[in-house]
Amino acid sequence: MTLRNYLRNIFQGLRSLWTGMRRTGYYFVHHKEIITQQYPDEPPRLAERFRGEVVMPHNESNEHRCTGCTACELACPNGTIKIITKYEVTPEGKKKKALDQFIYHLELCTLCNLCIVACPTDAIKMSQAFEHSVLDRRELIKILNKPGSRLMDGVE
Amino acid sequence: MWSIEQIIGALNQWLQHTLGNVGAAIAAYILLGIFVILFFSVLGLVLVYMERKVSAWMQVRLGPNRVGPKGLLQTLADTLKLMSKEGLTPAGADRFLFNLAPVLMIVVSMLLLAPVAFARNVQIWDLNIGVLYVSAISSVSVLAVLIAGWSSNNKYSLLGAMRSGAQIVSYELSAGFAILTVAVLSGSLQVSQIIESQQTGWWIFRGHLPVWVATVVYLIAVTAETNRAPFDLAEAESELTAGFHTEYSGMKFALFFLAEYANVFIASAIGATLFLGGWMPLHIGNWEAFNRVMDWIPSSIWFLAKTFFLIFVIMWFRWTFPRLRIDQLLELEWKYLLPIGLVNLILATAIAVLGWHF
Repeated sequence: MTLRNYLRNIFQGLRSLWTGMRRTGYYFVHHKEIITQQYPDEPPRLAERFRGEVVMPHNESNEHRCTGCTACELACPNGTIKIITKYEVTPEGKKKKALDQFIYHLELCTLCNLCIVACPTDAIKMSQAFEHSVLDRRELIKILNKPGSRLMDGVE
Repeated sequence: MWSIEQIIGALNQWLQHTLGNVGAAIAAYILLGIFVILFFSVLGLVLVYMERKVSAWMQVRLGPNRVGPKGLLQTLADTLKLMSKEGLTPAGADRFLFNLAPVLMIVVSMLLLAPVAFARNVQIWDLNIGVLYVSAISSVSVLAVLIAGWSSNNKYSLLGAMRSGAQIVSYELSAGFAILTVAVLSGSLQVSQIIESQQTGWWIFRGHLPVWVATVVYLIAVTAETNRAPFDLAEAESELTAGFHTEYSGMKFALFFLAEYANVFIASAIGATLFLGGWMPLHIGNWEAFNRVMDWIPSSIWFLAKTFFLIFVIMWFRWTFPRLRIDQLLELEWKYLLPIGLVNLILATAIAVLGWHF
């Protein structure tokens, strides 16, 4: 190791140390950059694709888009979804298969999103709600279609 | 205006008047002891809070902000928690040494407080070899660390203690050379005289390159000596599970913790005394008005401001740099700091002899 190399080592070392210190010094005086979210006090800023739970959107006249085809139930890797169907009589007097109950076991769900991908009619989607704690485990078993709801017109 | 010097003088006079000479001396020692203990407690609270805030801000976090306004009472709550905890002694430990180590650690820190000049003429003990005393006593703390590591009867503790031993023995040299640089320039080892010699300007302004180099070397060396990151191999939470104080809990752990911060304060105080003029206000040449304004600021404020600035720099190191490996640590000392320190000392001596400093 020549003297020149030795000195260059020192200067390069000092420079790289100073680069690091400048960065932390910048953060020290720039409090606007703070990324901590004070969650219970202020609403959390969630990522757009954050997945909280499966929900079934209903429109104003209490209609959903689920045909009861059970594609989501088949896609689910751990039996989170159970679909119970019923037969409805259409005005023309024909019997038609329709959704009776969409049972969703939140306690089993891994939020993998496969059911949403599998759904042919976009009846279900992921919501960002994540405050799921309850005092009784049974409250986690949810029926996603609202009582008295029916299939939206035009969805096959 | 009241200065600390006058208050102490008045107190001393009153003590002598009411208790006589011997009584006053005893009372003064007792008061001093109470002061040192109180000072250490307050120092611990303030520095831990400061460290947590500084680290948080440097890592783009908020830091403690729940207990009390802006989290100011957080460290007090932590202290209460530590005091209420059980001080466990492991079954396989050497009982006597295990309990001795934290006390030794804190006693060393308290001894180091003696030559620190807090304000104009306010010093516990102005002995004529002040800085030598500091570098001599500060190396006793390695004994406390070694005792703690050995008596814990724990492999992590022993490893941490051994590393600490190698580290402190090495970096003591560089710190010594950095201190010597200023001692050569000011021509004295007495803390009060070193400060007097900076009446016209602090050494960092008057001493040119050698003092700048000495300041950097000193800061690096004391960071290593106080076992703080990036030289915290003795503790190394992530690899040695806190190293030499793995087995300590409750108040015994608190003493180690307190001693670390007390040592940081003392190292910074000595650094401020040597390089930044201690309690000496900032004077610039012939600017009479400016100098008058600077003189108006109390000397204790000057001392604390400089000390806390250096403490901040040491904390800045800690929250910026990653930990060194043991071989890198020793290489840094023996291949870089020590030769630089030696050459630097020769330069400083030349400057002092030739009178090139301002």
